[in-house]
Amino acid sequence: MTVNFRMDAPQPRLLDQTGQGVIHKPLDRPEGPLKVSGRATYAAETHLPGMAHGVLVTASIARGHVEAIDDSAAHELEGYLGCWNGERFLRNPAQGMAGAAPVQPGDRVDFRGQPIAVVVAETFETARDAARRLRILYSEEDAVTDPAEAEFETKEDADAARAVAEALETAAHRIDATYTTASHAAAAMEPHASIAEWNGDQLTLRSALQMLRFNALELADAMGLERGQVRILSPYVGGGFGSKLGLGPEAVAASMAARDLGRPVRVAMTRQQVFETVLRRSETVQRLRLAADSGGRLTALAHDNRQFQLLGEGFAEPVPQASRFLYAGAARSYRQDLGRMHRTPSGSVRAPGEAVGQLAMEAAMDELADAVGLDPVELRLRNIPDAHPGTGTRFSAHGLEACLIDGAARFGWDRRAGPRARQEGDWLIGMGMAGAARPNMLVPSEARVTLAGDRATVETDMTDIGTGSYAILSQIAAEMLGLPAENVTARLGDTDLPGASGSGGSFGAGSSGSSVFLAAKDLRGQIAALMGAAEDGLTLKDGLARAGNVEKRLADLIAEPIAATAKIEKGEMAKETHQSGYGAHFCEVAVHALTGEIRVRRFEGTFAAGRILNEKTARSQCIGGIVWGIGAALTEELVHDARTGQPVTRDLASYHVPAHADVPQIGVTFLQERDDAANPIQAKGVGELGISGAGAAVLNAVANATGVRLRDYPATPDRVIAALAAAGL
Amino acid sequence: MKPFEYIRAEGIDEAGTAAAGGATLIAGGTNLLDLMKLQVAAPGTLVDIGHVPGLGDIEETAEGLRIGALVTNSALAADPRVRKGWPVLSRAILSGASGQIRNRATTAGNLLQRTRCPYFQDPASPCNKREPGSGCPAKGGVSRMTAILGTSENCIAAHPSDMAVAMTLLEAEAEIRAAAGTVRHLPLGDLYRVPGDQPDEETTLQPGEIITAVHVPHVPAGSVQAYRKVRDRASYAFALVSVAGIVRMEEGRMAEARLAFGGVGTKPWHDAEADALLTGRRPSEALFGEAAQLVLAGARTEEGNAFKVPLLSRTMKAVLRELTGAAPASPGTDRTEAYA
Repeated sequence: MTVNFRMDAPQPRLLDQTGQGVIHKPLDRPEGPLKVSGRATYAAETHLPGMAHGVLVTASIARGHVEAIDDSAAHELEGYLGCWNGERFLRNPAQGMAGAAPVQPGDRVDFRGQPIAVVVAETFETARDAARRLRILYSEEDAVTDPAEAEFETKEDADAARAVAEALETAAHRIDATYTTASHAAAAMEPHASIAEWNGDQLTLRSALQMLRFNALELADAMGLERGQVRILSPYVGGGFGSKLGLGPEAVAASMAARDLGRPVRVAMTRQQVFETVLRRSETVQRLRLAADSGGRLTALAHDNRQFQLLGEGFAEPVPQASRFLYAGAARSYRQDLGRMHRTPSGSVRAPGEAVGQLAMEAAMDELADAVGLDPVELRLRNIPDAHPGTGTRFSAHGLEACLIDGAARFGWDRRAGPRARQEGDWLIGMGMAGAARPNMLVPSEARVTLAGDRATVETDMTDIGTGSYAILSQIAAEMLGLPAENVTARLGDTDLPGASGSGGSFGAGSSGSSVFLAAKDLRGQIAALMGAAEDGLTLKDGLARAGNVEKRLADLIAEPIAATAKIEKGEMAKETHQSGYGAHFCEVAVHALTGEIRVRRFEGTFAAGRILNEKTARSQCIGGIVWGIGAALTEELVHDARTGQPVTRDLASYHVPAHADVPQIGVTFLQERDDAANPIQAKGVGELGISGAGAAVLNAVANATGVRLRDYPATPDRVIAALAAAGL
Repeated sequence: MKPFEYIRAEGIDEAGTAAAGGATLIAGGTNLLDLMKLQVAAPGTLVDIGHVPGLGDIEETAEGLRIGALVTNSALAADPRVRKGWPVLSRAILSGASGQIRNRATTAGNLLQRTRCPYFQDPASPCNKREPGSGCPAKGGVSRMTAILGTSENCIAAHPSDMAVAMTLLEAEAEIRAAAGTVRHLPLGDLYRVPGDQPDEETTLQPGEIITAVHVPHVPAGSVQAYRKVRDRASYAFALVSVAGIVRMEEGRMAEARLAFGGVGTKPWHDAEADALLTGRRPSEALFGEAAQLVLAGARTEEGNAFKVPLLSRTMKAVLRELTGAAPASPGTDRTEAYA
């Protein structure tokens, strides 16, 4: 029987009463040794007997139709097995949590880099050669590939916009600034890959995916199958960052070819194809208008954005997501202009919304602090709202103030000097800060926990995309069952297991972790019954069960395995409270006065995100988030040729994620917090919180170092020297 | 990847004969294998010279150093003689690629690496260097990483090597062996061709010729050297601009001054007029600016690379200030030190 639980009321803090002491501990990942010794099998790494190899063929035009594909030259190759395309082929990966096939365009081409066929051969090398030998006849149509030519769909609340405009007119201080952010790629280390294997009419797909419960529906829909005919295995994923939320074109290509050939087929994207085909983050233009009274209290806020998407895709980057609630201000407006363009469609890339929205918002707050003449920390402290400023909903645990105060002290913010006041040789030194927020969510998630003697197994189709799911799910079960963490094994990434939230939106730990908690809690009840005791009188620790004067070894007590399955979903708490993780970033940079190079020298982040389940993996998440912030601020730009729509930075040598030398020692501090409204484990998401505002802290430090404000990101040397030169420097 | 024949050469004669017959040489393969995977390069025959004896040593000669063609970038940058006598060479090498790539990449291979122009590396795009006559989409396209000096209507691709910039500064010569066994020495400045109307012809090497070593002469006693590379991230990125410099000061004047430039030219760039302008003069901001103007006088820019004019000028100033003692060397923020 499955325990069904809705999060309708605050829950007791059971994880603070259990005695095992493994929750929160910075334990190593249990699968770590497998990964660093090459024994963790990623999607493309299973070698099935008789497996053939496919290579995707991508469109070299931005819009039109494929009239014919001539593969006669490929037939000359020994080992060539054929070319597949057609009505089941996917145009692009599914958007996150779609649960249905994305656009299947037939012979239509909507963007350059769109997969249009797959070529299969006995070896990967032959398939790649064959793919180059295809002669593709297109009928080309006019395409919009230049943002300057795009047509926009506008969403705006006219009343709200009017209220902001009025407040701006009478404000003691106002900021009106426009910022641009570049298109970003998730740039996961593991390229997208799938192996399809048919057994009769049953399809097994080994793939690199984040949300298997949804992906199975997408695969079934795309292939015209029942859900019960597909199984997806994704035990290890080499980075996702949103790019593997939805089923990808390579999965359907492999499935089609494998069915026709009657043998397993592997299709792995090349690095260049990942950049061409996988959903990207749109470039944005953001206009921020802030109005404040003489004391720096916000009276109005408008966060408008312009972004781009391919026709037929519903996703839009929620640019002002955190701006809606992070700071006070009565009048609030958020206009969105969505431009339609024939470029690789956009989708969720780590921290959709905050990653670019807070880059602009927190820079504007810094500009306001200058205008008011207030310290940037003080400005934020004065603008922490008592309740959601747009809806009036009360906040659950809210740690922004504590983070600002802790971070400032830890960093030494009181040593910050005025603009352009510190110099070492040709390097200008500055400090900057920013606030951080990322809303917390609860997504339906189910798990089964089985206890056999003093060993437990956790089973759920949750994924571990490098985040630490194996570690935290084991820890939760171990804590609840009074076992050392190594006595718990987590089995993940298999759609035959209970369906989990998947990894996305920072909700994986809280959602899937709660389902494991609830299943384990049910087992505690079963153990109590075996002990003949009440559940609240039961103590489980080190494999021993105690109740009153009775103590038994679980190894003896649990003669036959016992199991429990539990499912959690959101409830009233999601309506009654607004839940978010909060944080504060502090940063010191050096800017070369002549060359415009920027080096981040110190970085401190303090975060409040409810219960921290594993201090090590959570810390790694925040460090990674801050590195992403540095990248968005300084280095990362997915560049397209405006004439053709082709992505030009198509590899990791030209798409510049920060290198080690770009990243200083990063300090991460978690504040002690429990969010009773979030879920029964009182934890909130940390996977994206670290990004929110991190880049703005860097850019605010640049402004402090140089006395010059940059508003076009990434702030590469050419942009820095242009800004310096404009200021006569 | 197209099937190809692979020959492992046991001696230089065998390699030369194969090369004369049209085979493509491979040593570290750090660039060629990438290009083969992309099918930008599709050689019918590869002759692997990685095991040819006698090409892997650094030797001191009366004139300076003889660096074997197969000496890896890592070994060359770490060599104590190089670090002491030619630190600009160490600095330039360590500012390029990654540790893993430098462990494989060889001296001659580094000199002969191909441009990283994105259109060159994408067989779905036209490119006069890859397919003569097909056009140059970098012009009017994404030209951020392209050259502003030595360009032509047909090609604006930048030469990507850092090491070659330092070697150009040091007036190094390539030791070149013809298939027949004869050996000639060629200054690096004469090894490279500017694209003109034949951008596919990148060097003056003749069929069958193999670079067997690079000779680097001694530098003037008492001189100071610097390599400054400005790029989009602190490591593992090609130069937006780079400046290599060597200056010997005497009574407040630059008794000798020489500069070379990367990221801006279709080949490692040197400007004798700028050196002449600086030599014998007292350093000043105005003089540095004049020298920059000379170097950049022939610059032809695109919208996307026009920033290289002010960036090179500013970087020259920074390097000359450092070399002449007007400004302290970069403090700890310059992470190159950490990898040296």
